[in-house]
Amino acid sequence: MNLTLRIWRQHSPEDKGAMVTYRVEDISPDMSFLEMLDVLNEELILSGEEPVAFDHDCREGICGACGVVINGQAHGPERTTACQLHMRSFKDGDTIDVEPWRAAAFPVVRDLVVDRSAFDRVIQAGGYVSVPTGSAPEAHATAVPKESADYAFEHAECIGCGACVAACPNGSAMLFTSAKINHLNVLPQGAPERETRVLNMVAAMDGQGFGGCTNTGECATACPKGIPLPSIAAMNREYLRALRKR
Amino acid sequence: MGKKAVMAGTGVVMLLFLVVHMLGNLKIFFGPENFNAYAAWLRTIGEPVLHESWYLWIQRTGLLACVVLHGVAAYQLSRRDLAARPAKYVHKQSRASYATRTMRWGGVIVGLFIVWHILDLTTLTVNPRGQAGHPYENVVADFRVWWVDVVYIVAILALGLHIRHGFWSAAQTLGAVNKRRDRALKTTATVLAAVLTAGFLVVPVAVMSGLVD
Repeated sequence: MNLTLRIWRQHSPEDKGAMVTYRVEDISPDMSFLEMLDVLNEELILSGEEPVAFDHDCREGICGACGVVINGQAHGPERTTACQLHMRSFKDGDTIDVEPWRAAAFPVVRDLVVDRSAFDRVIQAGGYVSVPTGSAPEAHATAVPKESADYAFEHAECIGCGACVAACPNGSAMLFTSAKINHLNVLPQGAPERETRVLNMVAAMDGQGFGGCTNTGECATACPKGIPLPSIAAMNREYLRALRKR
Repeated sequence: MGKKAVMAGTGVVMLLFLVVHMLGNLKIFFGPENFNAYAAWLRTIGEPVLHESWYLWIQRTGLLACVVLHGVAAYQLSRRDLAARPAKYVHKQSRASYATRTMRWGGVIVGLFIVWHILDLTTLTVNPRGQAGHPYENVVADFRVWWVDVVYIVAILALGLHIRHGFWSAAQTLGAVNKRRDRALKTTATVLAAVLTAGFLVVPVAVMSGLVD
């Protein structure tokens, strides 16, 4: 496959940045999107240019490190992470636009790399359970209904990649925050901090400069892990419940 | 998130009013005596506990508070939302529905319409006939003017779209949505929007076609 790439290049957070056009040739349709970028970067290094900076780690779709906006869609045209997106999703001769996540809370560090530590600060505000660690507890000591376990697991699938924020026209982190809250709030282990968790995490989310939800549903469409849109309603329910209980 | 709950709560209250308002409007098909008597009865609600028109003023105050709170919350939330996404994507791709994308400006259109609508049929300031106590005749005089029909129809279509997205959004904000109810609530939003749009539009259409005169 021969492709034209238009990639966002930005030297530093202060740099204005611009789209730069590159050509890549003989790309295998079985390559992942990141492998295609590797090919481009090798060519750039050989010709003495700066390679394109992009985040990546496991390349198995489970770590949440990678993520770029491809042709206007977070993680590109397939419902997966950029590392699990294969070039067979594109046609020979295509022009592909590659941009970093765009949100005030995710400032661009360089090229396609953004600073997602705002997510970490939301997690620090309550995305944990306070239990004494040590030897593994007896599995039957705390019974969890199957329905709750499934619900918790569905939300625990969130890998914190930030695609929801990138896709949202308001740069809102409500799908991410709801996944983290619902995951823990439904479990008995999360029950003691149920109210403080939602209140503190929502406050942290607002404090990081994320926008609010206008229910466009872009986040749930972009989520590579399929966190559903009603999860935000569940978080709202938890939030209003916590306000009443306080 | 508190502001979003205000948006949702005030929206639901205004929606309930609209349902009653639309049903009241449809009484126009029962003729001038019926319609005018209904309008006069509205002033007597709550008697003898309340004096004449007291209930009406209580309702007007409540609705005005709703409109103001809804508008102020929308303005503040929109400013924050726009600030949260300062840089746009070079490759644009909008997948949100038309109703979703027009919430802000559609809301402004509906807000301006409410001002004109009150000046037209409540205070009768801009009504072509403007005779107090004769709402039937005032409405008919209104809809015989072509541009009044245009303004009214545009506003009602904007309102329908606003409700289409707003009702389901309010359900989402108030936490009423879950996976099982999601589809039912979306259907309810569509049906509600369609019924209200049709219910409000049938009046000018009836006047224009001569069914009501």
